[in-house]
Amino acid sequence: MSKAAIVPPSLAEVAARSGQQQPVGDRPPKIQAERLNFFYAETRALEDISVAIHPNIVTAFIGPSGCGKSTFLRTLNRMNDIIPGTRVEGKVLIDEADIYGPGVDVVALRRRVGMVFQKSNPFPKSIFDNVAYGLRINGMAGSRSELSARVEESLHQAALWDEVKDRLEASALALSGGQQQRLCIARALAVRPDILLMDEPASALDPIATQRIEELVYDLKKTYTIVIVTHNMQQAARVSDYTAFFWLGRLVEYDRTDKMFTNPSEKLTEDYVTGRFG
Amino acid sequence: MKRRLLDLGFQALALLILLLALGSLAALIADIWRDGASRLSWSFLTGFPSRRAADAGIFHALSGSVFVIVVTAALAVPIGVASAIYLEEYGTRSFFARIIEINITNLAAVPSIIYGLLGLGLFVRAMGMGRSVLAGASTLALLVLPVVILATREALRAVPPSIREGSYALGATKWQTVWFQVLPVALPGILTGMILALSRAIGETAPLISIGALTFVAFAPDSLWSPFTVLPIQIFNWVSRPQVEFQGNAAAGSLVLLALLLTMNAAAIWLRDRYQKKLS
Amino acid sequence: MKRFEFVIEWALFLCALLSIGTTAGIIVVLAIETFAFLREVPITDFLFGTDWTPLFATPSFGVLPLVAGTILVSAIAMAVALPMGLLSAIYLSEYAPAAVRRVIKPILEILAGVPTVVYGYFALLFVTPILQRFIPGLAGFNALGPGIVMGIMILPLVSSLSEDAMQGVPRGLREGAYALGATRMQTSLSVVLPAAFSGVTAAFILAASRAVGETMIVAIAAGQQPRLTLNPLVPVETMTAYIVQVSLGDTPQGTLEYRTIFAVGMLLFLGTFGLNLVSAWLRERYREEYA
Repeated sequence: MSKAAIVPPSLAEVAARSGQQQPVGDRPPKIQAERLNFFYAETRALEDISVAIHPNIVTAFIGPSGCGKSTFLRTLNRMNDIIPGTRVEGKVLIDEADIYGPGVDVVALRRRVGMVFQKSNPFPKSIFDNVAYGLRINGMAGSRSELSARVEESLHQAALWDEVKDRLEASALALSGGQQQRLCIARALAVRPDILLMDEPASALDPIATQRIEELVYDLKKTYTIVIVTHNMQQAARVSDYTAFFWLGRLVEYDRTDKMFTNPSEKLTEDYVTGRFG
Repeated sequence: MKRRLLDLGFQALALLILLLALGSLAALIADIWRDGASRLSWSFLTGFPSRRAADAGIFHALSGSVFVIVVTAALAVPIGVASAIYLEEYGTRSFFARIIEINITNLAAVPSIIYGLLGLGLFVRAMGMGRSVLAGASTLALLVLPVVILATREALRAVPPSIREGSYALGATKWQTVWFQVLPVALPGILTGMILALSRAIGETAPLISIGALTFVAFAPDSLWSPFTVLPIQIFNWVSRPQVEFQGNAAAGSLVLLALLLTMNAAAIWLRDRYQKKLS
Repeated sequence: MKRFEFVIEWALFLCALLSIGTTAGIIVVLAIETFAFLREVPITDFLFGTDWTPLFATPSFGVLPLVAGTILVSAIAMAVALPMGLLSAIYLSEYAPAAVRRVIKPILEILAGVPTVVYGYFALLFVTPILQRFIPGLAGFNALGPGIVMGIMILPLVSSLSEDAMQGVPRGLREGAYALGATRMQTSLSVVLPAAFSGVTAAFILAASRAVGETMIVAIAAGQQPRLTLNPLVPVETMTAYIVQVSLGDTPQGTLEYRTIFAVGMLLFLGTFGLNLVSAWLRERYREEYA
């Protein structure tokens, strides 16, 4: 066995191997942030973020702890609104409409832009009721049979159906960590969003469960625009087409994933992806 | 060595004090048992007051207590839970909410007889309810409202924020989140608070005397507007009589009252355990 | 949907506002009748007079005997509850193993949950007769019996609030003392207790407020003879017992006698309110020190 065989692949090789060559063409960006600033009371957490996120691909946000990547993710579905004392300046356009404009229906926004959290948070209800909740409160399913069909469809999409089809009435809390997270994904997909935001979805999971989530993300991007926050650079390299690197509340660099990891333009980016800090 | 002895002595003293307190409780129960157990009987529970102690019963007072408590709960629980939901889910950190909070803490420490005077002036006189079950229940509802609010707030706070976040992220409104996610999880705590409040209310005497609950009632109340009495007042009435025979009745009435309280608390614990099993 | 949410929020807000309404109601009801009372009885007569005979043909409206009765019984109650409650709190907070706590705490809660009318029975028909065997001059109605029983009733309150205050003292302080070789008693008395001082004082004051406002125990066992005295062996009447006495009677509304219960009630409210305020202020200060 030669020495070469046991050297772990570099991020560059991972990115190249994963075949993320998705062309984005001339389609208009799905999400566009324009000079977005975000404040927790008097502290500025995000500074002048401008980025265009392309449809039907996976975009990764990377950066060290506290760099603002999760905060920025949460501005995309206005989840930060529920924290008192926060303030936004600038624009976030989704399908070319500013979601922070006057008269925007935040509730409808959150239906279109789904979110999966770092720690899976299934409701203390049955598996069926978890997935059905979004449909019920948004009035999206007429009859019980339609509801069941939509629940089944979502569980299929989240690659969970086979494991739970015989126990839909069982408590969601009885599932394993990885299953709970896939349930949360199914729950988010049930309301048919356009965009799926994922905040470190696999960080609390073991490697096998993580792999299943990553495979799921790869499948889902055909139908959805996915933004995934991750602190794991290998994961970003495996899973994403484009990557944005954040540092201290600023967007440092945003480019195709393979370029970011093989030949980044910024020194800071290069230092981060080669592990010199963070 | 001397310090160790002092330490042990201190411990012994503290234990002695606690035993004294516990002993008082035991003495109390033993005393009313000794005085009143012989008077307990079915006819006592179903009988009405009488000039002869041996014939007197507590049915009028017992039914009055139950009636008043039910109406009190019907008034205090919805308002209390609604107030707590507002303070905990909607109004956090607003100046007004803070004022309301301070106010509630204050109200929890106001003597119960003051509530009786409020009831007298407001419900009985100004709102014209007279000395009715409704006036009594309204007064007691105001009295226990702080207890319900505080217990409900605790229960709401114990609901993990991740559940709320998950709900909002799916496009739920605040009320949908509260109604479908938060309240079901908080329910055991709310029920416990409710039972605590009602336990307090059922033993209350002074405010009901102030609003004019009668001590010479010979009938069970039949409507919200009818005059009434409650078990503690009947006990008070009997204990105030000089004749020794009535003291036995007072003791027996006390036993019934304590049994009622014990049942309520046991029910609270059972309910809470059942719901917690459901959730986990 | 938005309209519905708006209505719901307002409905909830109005419910929360009711608590303000309650306080306002208390103040208004008491104030109206008290002012009417003070139009006929000069406030100096009321506050400083020493004869309380409002139901006599030639009435006298000096409230001091009632205040004296209240203070006397409350003082006895505090004399019982404070040391016992504090010792109990120290034991539960610093010494007791978990198994002992699990047994003692529920029993203390039961002690606090017994209806006051039952305590009144106990005071009149058990405690007073026993005391009479040791104190020959003790009247059937007196301040001592109900005072002691009230103290037992309040003991759990003192104990649990003081225990909370002591639990709030950071572990680091205790560990510093133990590391120097102090016994638990020394640590409790010389480190924990002083650190918890404002919290414990807040507990005492709140308990005193409770004692002052207590009604049924004194209505049953202390008597109905207003008397300006500090002698615990004779019948007295407290402010609360007086209100009960008149409420039980047939005093018609709108009369001066009727108004006396509101005037006394106002005095009682202001007194307990003042105590509660001081207690709350102390608790806030304590929280600031250690939160």
